[in-house]
Amino acid sequence: MRSPIWPYIGKRLAMTLPVLLGLTLIVFFIMAMIPGDPATAILGSYATPDNVARLNAQLGLDKPLVSQYFTWLGNLLQGDLGRSFNQNREVLEIVNERFGATLILAGTALVLCSILGLLVGIVSAVKQYGLVDKVLTLIVLIGISTPAFWLGLLMIMLFAVEFRVLPASGMYAVYGGGDLPDLIRHLILPAGTLAFIATGVIARLTRASMLEVLRQDYIRTARAKGLAERRVIYRHAFKAALVSIVPVIGIQAGFVLGGAVYIETVFQWPGIGSMLVTAISTRDLLLVQGGVLVVAAAYVFFNLLADVVQVLLDPRVTS
Amino acid sequence: MTVAGTSSSPAVKKSGRAGPFKLLMRNQLAGFGLMVLAVILLLVIVTPWLPLADPDITDPSQRLLPPLTPGYWLGTDQLGRDMLSRLLWGTRVSLAVGIVATLVAATLGSTIGLLAGYFGGRVDGTLMRGIDMLMAFPYILLALAIVAVLGPGLLNALYAIAIVNIPFFARNVRGVVVTLRNREFVDAARLSGKGDALIVLTEVLPNVLPVIVITMSTTVGWMILETAGLSFLGLGAQPPTADLGSILGEGRRLIINAPHVATLPGVVIFVLVMSINLLGDGVRDALDPRLKAGALMRPAARTRVSDQARHTAAQKQQGLLDVVDLRTEFHIGTEVHKAVNGPTFSIAPGECLGIIGESGSGKSVTAMSLLGLVASPPGTIMAGQVNYRQENLLAVDDERLRRLRGGELAYIFQDPLSTLHPLFSIGDQLVEALRAHQPLSYRAAWQQAVVLLEQVRIPNAKARAKVYPHQLSGGMRQRVSIAMALANKPQLIIADEPTTALDVTVQAQVLKLLNQLRHEQGSSLMFITHDFGVVAELCDRVAVMYAGELVEVGPVAEVLAKPVHPYTRRLIACVPDVNQVADRLTEIPGLPPKVNDLPPGCKFADRCDQVTEACRAAPVELEALTETRQARCIFAREVL
Repeated sequence: MRSPIWPYIGKRLAMTLPVLLGLTLIVFFIMAMIPGDPATAILGSYATPDNVARLNAQLGLDKPLVSQYFTWLGNLLQGDLGRSFNQNREVLEIVNERFGATLILAGTALVLCSILGLLVGIVSAVKQYGLVDKVLTLIVLIGISTPAFWLGLLMIMLFAVEFRVLPASGMYAVYGGGDLPDLIRHLILPAGTLAFIATGVIARLTRASMLEVLRQDYIRTARAKGLAERRVIYRHAFKAALVSIVPVIGIQAGFVLGGAVYIETVFQWPGIGSMLVTAISTRDLLLVQGGVLVVAAAYVFFNLLADVVQVLLDPRVTS
Repeated sequence: MTVAGTSSSPAVKKSGRAGPFKLLMRNQLAGFGLMVLAVILLLVIVTPWLPLADPDITDPSQRLLPPLTPGYWLGTDQLGRDMLSRLLWGTRVSLAVGIVATLVAATLGSTIGLLAGYFGGRVDGTLMRGIDMLMAFPYILLALAIVAVLGPGLLNALYAIAIVNIPFFARNVRGVVVTLRNREFVDAARLSGKGDALIVLTEVLPNVLPVIVITMSTTVGWMILETAGLSFLGLGAQPPTADLGSILGEGRRLIINAPHVATLPGVVIFVLVMSINLLGDGVRDALDPRLKAGALMRPAARTRVSDQARHTAAQKQQGLLDVVDLRTEFHIGTEVHKAVNGPTFSIAPGECLGIIGESGSGKSVTAMSLLGLVASPPGTIMAGQVNYRQENLLAVDDERLRRLRGGELAYIFQDPLSTLHPLFSIGDQLVEALRAHQPLSYRAAWQQAVVLLEQVRIPNAKARAKVYPHQLSGGMRQRVSIAMALANKPQLIIADEPTTALDVTVQAQVLKLLNQLRHEQGSSLMFITHDFGVVAELCDRVAVMYAGELVEVGPVAEVLAKPVHPYTRRLIACVPDVNQVADRLTEIPGLPPKVNDLPPGCKFADRCDQVTEACRAAPVELEALTETRQARCIFAREVL
């Protein structure tokens, strides 16, 4: 018999609004910091001052920054993210096209690294200071210290070039692909690489919180009840540890979404990350802005999800 | 990335324990990291004076030579430049950028943290809201956005990485400053007329430095990785400047024909970051006070038992449970704490034995040793026997012990809030206890759990079974613990101060209930308490414990009527007598002796008002005075 969780989730949803607003604020003001005058940039350096002033007025750039922000936000809420001047298409359209690929990659990597991290962390904690723990701790440290883009290249060299068992790039085969098995074949290397890098933090935290929980009085009670040690660890200790691990998995979603930028570039994965890199080098700033906003919003959503899971786990949160 | 508040104030000097540097050096991995890092640093510092080719001179005739080519140890790249030279110069750049970025982030972040923590209120709210906003972005993405605006370039990448890392410093530093803000030495400085700026710099900052160092040592590796990443994407170092990331990025297209161009810089980044992380972890462990005492050791499923004790067969049994010369010690570092020093006692079927003593007298450890529930490490049962029905519980295998725990031998702990699992409903926890010992379906067990809750007089048991421990009052929670202990009709219940955490009025109810129910089941009871009043009401016999030894044993009525040991007399005097117009409660002056430094003679000597030379000279034995009474005092016979 627990207090209903819907009011809490509603409250939590309401709390994400200011966060989303904060995101738009930061993105807007970062973009406003761009040195130089956009109108001059658009018209070229031979434009007359008169023309520049007219375009500025047309773009609303002669108004104060705050009112510019609200105009921009209004457009944003209507789905108007502007046009990519490089591709001459709506930013929303491009972002929309690529977002799914990033979500598939990052989502798979997040699930993989959570499972791996939890497993490694539990085993490490149970075998504390044993050989297995030491080996796992070392592997985890290697994961944390490895550059994702380099590991990606090594994977390509090994599995795509040397053994020729997995495709090196793209999301689907050019000829005859397009189905789920094809997608999975293309997903293994990039998602695996990303997951390996991201596992470390979760594994470390899992180990630490398992050790913390195993010292609690209620674990002694579980043992005094005559429960099998396996049940004590996997049911009693793990559930309690999970309460502090889940928020960190939410934070790891940010790491995975960010790391996807490297992985997408290395594996030519058609997602937002590789799009961002191209957009930055070609100074396609509206496209950068759109991409950043969407990925940041996805991160907020992942954190929200983590919060909901935590409420489901811990009846104390709602009361 | 949270860092525990360091509780060191300037006045506190750490004594006895090794200093941070020693602790760091004791850590082999950290030492290894430091060594590797030192070699890299040395190489990088002397690079300009090494006989190396110019890293930027191209030579089309020497393109893409493999490693180990004479004259080019590590080969050449696509423009015929010497890889070894490029890697060394690149490492210089990467390290410099990483270190500068760390310093920038540390300075800005710590300043924000100091201001927010010290001034609190509005300042805190505004600054930390800003930090929260930064943290709402995926880490690398924010750096990308900043580089997008500032334009690609090494310096811009440095700024971006530094800004992204500000929140870690701000949060960690603020966390500590908040705890320091109202400490005495800060108040004293304020009263002495020091200005805020001076207080922050001279009083607060020195205490926050460890946190800043920990955060630096744990983030510098990331910062090097991330700057390398930006360079790899072509957003950091621009030619002709090259850092490890940009060398790797340029070599990326050559992985089939000349894999060394991309692999080698990656290896260098990896070795560099790995050595920094090894060292950083060592620094954190050495400076973080939580980890110093080895507090994070995990207790095993069962208390460690010395080989000698494990191989002792059960002696001939007298009662239901016989404890013989039980010795439990805690080994913490080089110190040995002797918590239980050889008590011998026996509990008859249906009997209630009270074990009484102050906190720290070893009574709980004695009780928990019986079922192997003492946390281990650091606890070890060194010697003795715990004989239950012809079996020595210290010698039985794990599965046998598991079957007895919660089955024939049940345990009730002191604080029901911390001893019930917070995330399972009480019904669920009862079901588990039942099914661990009886072949029941979940549904059948649930029904039985409801019956158990009714037995311990929990109103509306059917609905209450679905409730979580935090939704119940203390008294109700302890009733649940009792229900759990009674679930499998135990032969013996060990109750460890089960009512100490409860209100006085509730205490009486719960005790009465426990006693009534165990009588109905015919269970024996071992009742641990510090209150002679409770012993008088509940127990048949009492054993008085002091410094891990029994000092007096006997039937409750006799001991109350004529206590033999001075300590027993003092304990009895502690009970307020409602019939007398009590002037005040008698307290026992002094403290029990430290169990890591026990005196050779009578352990109560220092607090005894009739102590003599003879008391301190030699150990005093527990002496049988009559058939039923024993005491450990050289004056025992005179008193009786």
